[in-house]
Amino acid sequence: MIEQRWKRWVFFYIPLTLFIIGTLFPFYWMFVTAIRPDHELYRSWRAANNAPFWTLQPTLAHFQDLLARTTFPRWLWNTFFIAVASTGISLFCGLLAGYALARLRFPMAGALGTSIFVTYLVPPTLLFIPLADIIREFHLGNTPWALILTYPTFLIPFCTWLLMGYFKTIPKELEECARIDGATRLGAMVRIIFPIAIPGILSAGIFAFTLSWNEFIYALIFLSSPERKTVPVGVVSELIRGDIYFWGQLMAGALLGSIPVALVYSFFVEYYVTGLTGSVKG
Amino acid sequence: MAQVVLKDLNKKFDEVYAVKDVNLHIRDKEFMVLVGPSGCGKSTTLRMVAGLEEITSGEVHIGERLVNDLPPKDRDIAMVFQNYALYPHMTVYDNMAFGLKMRKFPKSEIETRVKDAATLLGIQDLLKRKPRQLSGGQRQRVAVGRAIVRHPQVFLFDEPLSNLDAKLRVQMRVELKRLHHDRLETTVIYVTHDQVEAMTLGDRVVVMKDGLVQQVGEPLELYSKPRNKFVAGFIGSPAMNFIDTTIVEAGGALYAEALGLRVRVPPDRVSRLGPYKGRAMTLGIRPEDLREAGGGDPQDLVFEALVEVVEPLGSEILLDTRVGNQTLVARVDPTVRTRHHQKIRLAFVPDRIHFFDNTTDEAIA
Ligand SMILES: Nc1ncnc2c1ncn2[C@@H]1O[C@H](COP(=O)(O)OP(=O)(O)OP(=O)(O)O)[C@@H](O)[C@H]1O
Ligand SMILES: [Mg+2]
Repeated sequence: MIEQRWKRWVFFYIPLTLFIIGTLFPFYWMFVTAIRPDHELYRSWRAANNAPFWTLQPTLAHFQDLLARTTFPRWLWNTFFIAVASTGISLFCGLLAGYALARLRFPMAGALGTSIFVTYLVPPTLLFIPLADIIREFHLGNTPWALILTYPTFLIPFCTWLLMGYFKTIPKELEECARIDGATRLGAMVRIIFPIAIPGILSAGIFAFTLSWNEFIYALIFLSSPERKTVPVGVVSELIRGDIYFWGQLMAGALLGSIPVALVYSFFVEYYVTGLTGSVKG
Repeated sequence: MAQVVLKDLNKKFDEVYAVKDVNLHIRDKEFMVLVGPSGCGKSTTLRMVAGLEEITSGEVHIGERLVNDLPPKDRDIAMVFQNYALYPHMTVYDNMAFGLKMRKFPKSEIETRVKDAATLLGIQDLLKRKPRQLSGGQRQRVAVGRAIVRHPQVFLFDEPLSNLDAKLRVQMRVELKRLHHDRLETTVIYVTHDQVEAMTLGDRVVVMKDGLVQQVGEPLELYSKPRNKFVAGFIGSPAMNFIDTTIVEAGGALYAEALGLRVRVPPDRVSRLGPYKGRAMTLGIRPEDLREAGGGDPQDLVFEALVEVVEPLGSEILLDTRVGNQTLVARVDPTVRTRHHQKIRLAFVPDRIHFFDNTTDEAIA
């Protein structure tokens, strides 16, 4: 009995607590920095009554500054629009490709599946060079479309793989039965398979949304004017001037920028978990 | 109103044939059962009839139509799957109504048909539930209900009872048979690997092995006149005993020498067995065609066996016995008193003996 209890502490509670602290501390730090007044931020570490882990004079000045002096709301909108559009495109393609790879028997299906996965492994830091060329050819530079059309290069393989795995967990008899019952292949897919696959589709969507929301490299390279930027790029490029870091505004921007993603996650967390563990019971 | 005709049907997966040269004529309103061991191609055959599996070569006719190139939805069939394949996101009612909705039936008609079928199957109180709130037996009924609301020309069943427990299986078996007799009057193709189900349900039974049809016939015909050793061993439980034997001639009559006995070949089979004179064959005898020897049995049909296991089943007793290096199962009356390690005298019922060619495994009769 006693031994059991210490085992629980050593192997469960203590590691879990450390893990939670490790994950949440950056957010806490971000929050504290965002509401800390400037005179606390920029004083010496060894100053009298320095309290690095909390503040007694919280202020919203950095938020006001962020909203008034930069085009932050604009960035937020850009990021949102780009993320939604590229997620939509990628989900649509991923659904169809994932279904085809999971269900249809055609020559080279296996090889095709693998090669789609391999494209996901090509690092964006390499891919942006040829992509920049293409963006220029099509005169898309400095428009949202530069990102909406390039994000799917990594989102589609990702969605395809996740959804393919999910479709494989759905018994194929379900759609066979639907096809006997009078549906076409497409009808069975839309009426039977997609509704069952909602957890999988949602988790692919959330992942894709988060990936494009946080994307940095392409956004940094393909967008140049300040009012066209996305949150991650805008915050970094407009709030670090030379070697001056506007820490308060930076953290305020980061905090506001992460709220939508956190909201999306918390709304769909249940679906999201079943989507990843993939279980459908008939 | 439809017969189903399969002509030279073949299915090749990669380089292996799952179904080979199958020819079947399933008559209108017939209950046809496909039976065979796992992997023999029963499901594949059924799925080709349904249009779920592409046909490598051959023809499938339903009614008067050649349906090879028809998609499943246009074949006017219904299928019940082993895992039931109920749509998990729909209620029982919607599950049953799905096929009718797809065919654009008016709402009122859908409702009457679903209610009728539900009443028939005793699931009228479950219509608002989701499949995951049902027991295995109830799911099974819903799956059957979903198939019968459509009034299709042909029903296809792929091992629909194998996920049920033994008692429920027997009960559903009877119900299916009654349904077919009294209400449906439709052609049924039913796949199972359970030979008891095959025998009890089928008007006729097809025994398959390795993609090949071994024999087609009425249940009792398969039982009493198996065409080869495989069918003889597959149909019947416990399985038929096979004994090595040699055919010899003595004094103008043919005898089968086995177990140190000389069993006289019945006169009507002498002509077929004549060519096997002096050769080794296999003799087959069903457990119920061995009985405890009484005083009246002719001595050349009686032999002594060592009882190894006694399995009293109430209405009968199964004896696992050993004679020399041969094990024999006998099904004897419940009045027989014996224990393991005891000797017992058993007798053949001579006109129930089967003979099989050792090279072709064909029955010689
Ligand atoms: N999609 C497939 N790809 C390759 N081979 C297959 C495929 N489906 C079935 N087979 C093979 O075809 C043969 C027949 O399979 P089938 O499913 O018809 O057997 P079955 O008689 O229904 O067996 P069971 O009683 O186990 O259901 C098997 O050897 C199987 O391995
Ligand atoms: Mg099968």
